[in-house]
Amino acid sequence: MAVTNILILVFGLGVFAFYLGRARSLAIAKPLGGIRYLHSLPSYYGFHSALWCALPALLLLALWVVFDDPLINSIVADSVTGSQAAGDTASYNLLMNKISNVSAGILPRDGRDPEILAAADLMTRLQTLSRWALTALILTLSITGLAWGWSRTSQVFRARQVVENVVEKLLLGCACVAILTTLGIVLSVLFESIQFFRSVPIFDFVFGLEWSPQTAIREDQVGSSGSFGAVPLFVGTLLVSAVAMFVAVPVGLMSAIYLAEYASKATRSYAKPALEILAGIPTVVYGFFAALTVAPFLRDLGESFGLSVSSESALAAGGVMGVMIIPFISSLADDVITAVPQSMRDGSLAMGATKSETVRKVIIPAALPGIVSGIMLAISRAIGETMIVVMAAGMAANLTANPMESVTTVTVQIVTLLTGDQEFDSPKTLAAFALGLMLFTVTLLLNIFALQIVKKYREQYE
Amino acid sequence: MNNSMTNLEKIRKSLSRRNRAEGLFRWAGRVAIFLGLMAVVVLFVDIIGKGHGAFRIAYIELDIDYDPEKIGIENLSDPQQLAGADWQALPKAALNKQFPGITSRGDKRSLYGLISNGAGYDLKDRLMANPLLLGDQERVWILTDDDIDTYYKSWLAGEPYAARLSDKQVEWIAELHEHGKIRLQFNANFFTRGDSREPEQAGIRGALVGSLFTLALTLIFSFPVGVAAAIYLEEFAPKNGWTDFIEVNINNLAAVPSIIFGLLGLAIFINFFHVPRSVPIVGGLVLTLMTLPTIIISSRAAIKSVPPSIREAALGMGASKYQMVLHHVLPLAMPGMLTGAIIGMAQALGESAPLLMIGMVAFIVDIPGGFSDPATVLPVQIFLWADSPERAFIEKTSAAIMVLLSFLIVMNASAVWLRKRLERRW
Repeated sequence: MAVTNILILVFGLGVFAFYLGRARSLAIAKPLGGIRYLHSLPSYYGFHSALWCALPALLLLALWVVFDDPLINSIVADSVTGSQAAGDTASYNLLMNKISNVSAGILPRDGRDPEILAAADLMTRLQTLSRWALTALILTLSITGLAWGWSRTSQVFRARQVVENVVEKLLLGCACVAILTTLGIVLSVLFESIQFFRSVPIFDFVFGLEWSPQTAIREDQVGSSGSFGAVPLFVGTLLVSAVAMFVAVPVGLMSAIYLAEYASKATRSYAKPALEILAGIPTVVYGFFAALTVAPFLRDLGESFGLSVSSESALAAGGVMGVMIIPFISSLADDVITAVPQSMRDGSLAMGATKSETVRKVIIPAALPGIVSGIMLAISRAIGETMIVVMAAGMAANLTANPMESVTTVTVQIVTLLTGDQEFDSPKTLAAFALGLMLFTVTLLLNIFALQIVKKYREQYE
Repeated sequence: MNNSMTNLEKIRKSLSRRNRAEGLFRWAGRVAIFLGLMAVVVLFVDIIGKGHGAFRIAYIELDIDYDPEKIGIENLSDPQQLAGADWQALPKAALNKQFPGITSRGDKRSLYGLISNGAGYDLKDRLMANPLLLGDQERVWILTDDDIDTYYKSWLAGEPYAARLSDKQVEWIAELHEHGKIRLQFNANFFTRGDSREPEQAGIRGALVGSLFTLALTLIFSFPVGVAAAIYLEEFAPKNGWTDFIEVNINNLAAVPSIIFGLLGLAIFINFFHVPRSVPIVGGLVLTLMTLPTIIISSRAAIKSVPPSIREAALGMGASKYQMVLHHVLPLAMPGMLTGAIIGMAQALGESAPLLMIGMVAFIVDIPGGFSDPATVLPVQIFLWADSPERAFIEKTSAAIMVLLSFLIVMNASAVWLRKRLERRW
């Protein structure tokens, strides 16, 4: 039986168990004179039976699904050791692929090595066996659980406490998904990066000045030196982010100040949501806009001034990214500016300061930690932004600080290295994970730093 | 006395300068707002200006003669004959009849270039739907090639773009136009077909369905888990190091670049758990992990906004803590949670970077039929089309963006509506 069908079956049994448990508790309660003589409400007895019926079965199902394939594969691999299975992983994978394809009927059987045919048959047999065993085990487990839960139902049984305890564990489990996700991210990028640093020294990666990840297939191939110096990528990322910040910080900050301090209530209620539209537009749309509208516009503009602007310039990608970040900065800055107490404004105005002097000399200093942390969060977002740069920035790794030239960024390289089918353990694909590790570390540090600033320098009023 | 007079004078003197600075500052604020709003307007005008044309496409009217000999088919129920049939011969013959006397190979090629490569298959579908047509004649509007469509639209707009057309083709189109045999029709293919290498045949149906499957999975996984986590953290979590650690993790994940989630999906789901590539299952899982922090944070805010008096009243009436949460807090917080979920889904609908990592960028013609069929999603389709060299794809891309944006507008508007309509203030 397929996994989805088993799932449906278990859920069906769970619902059945709920009604059985409830019915039994009601039956017990009846001669006693009503459900108030039971320890818990009837539905708790129902839930108790349902949990016993479904939970162990679902747990087993999850474990089975995870360990099913690797176990079968290793048994099959053991059966063909000798002539076929060579030592290294690449040929092992090739062999296993061949066997599973023959077993699934994708590859024709005629003319195959008999050993592979035997292995394929073994695999088919094991898979059928595994499915049947799984179905049988799950069914037994659910029904045993159901019977156990049902039999425990009695007048004094504390069903509510048991059910609530289990539910609390489940809730805790859901909350821990966040931890598991972080752990998964760290482990996945870390392991692949360590593998990468085995073939490329970490020093060469972090300080190398040349990036050309194409590893040579032939010895004499042109342009495939396979050097993994990431400095041009870091510089390119910083350049694009700098352009973005150059656009976003003044515009975002000034519009936040205007909306918070000057604008009438009506203007504010229209302008703020209108600006926030920018935050809701998908990045792929910005990328399209940058690549097809802004970049040609800037190129033509540059030409009319006698400047040569690349059609994949950092200016176009960064500028559009800045537009994307405007609402991010303006809403964060708006929050901290409106949080400054009114008494400080009143005090400053009463001393004869103009409104702009109040803003510059009183409100901004008071809100500075919040603004700085907002800008740092915005920088971390600019560094990690992918689609805009993939579509509008270049692929070639130029080491330049000129925003009119084409540069590439860390995220662009991750995407180009990982899209398409490659073997997974070449330095080329592993390099993407090393870049991912860098990206994750830098954005994490920026975020922690931003929170730290707010914590440390926030002025406490009242 | 003297000293204070000079101070007063100083202040008076500086007053005009200070007022000027005040005015400048105010104007700087106005300019900033204006720039931000201009960006919104320019973006929308640009996209709509580029994309509105894609909803109509040029068709040519031709007299089609369903001659069994020409197609090479006698029996419509014979699969072997159907496979070997030359369907494109039908519109080609009709074109020859429409423009007689064309003999040279080059001219013939440009004549046949007027219509789409898939025109024959459209006629096949017509014939299969109505087998009596075999051997009969019919006047049909035939889909044009993308270059012809682009040219005809630009010609109608008064700025002909004929770079990819031969002189003959330009003449023919003028002639067809004179006789009313070429016209723009609603482009139904755009909404009913999957991707194609030929711009005139490409549609967003496949990507839309893929998005739907992926988003459905994301919602199924992330909403219950997110709400459960929020309930735990707000109502049950003890104040200890572990709870703090969970909170730090959630806040950090909210700020992790989305592409990192793609790396996670690739390394864990695809390479470790061997989930197949390019399918909505793995896309849904990755987007779940990505939207979970958003949903948890907004659900917590919704739970927090339920006043403590309600909890105390429930507990005072003898409810257990779970009954209090389940029967009172949760229903009251539900509108806020749903708002958060819709915003999270809108974010997931527009996301493309992590999906590039897990192979949802493949060129997929078929419309996916389930959670485990290879699929792509709307934003990734936009990315793929934006990368295509054909000029006609610019129009298609902009139109697809318009569709994506209208979905997002509807989702966000309904979130706002929900918040205004259902959220209670205490």
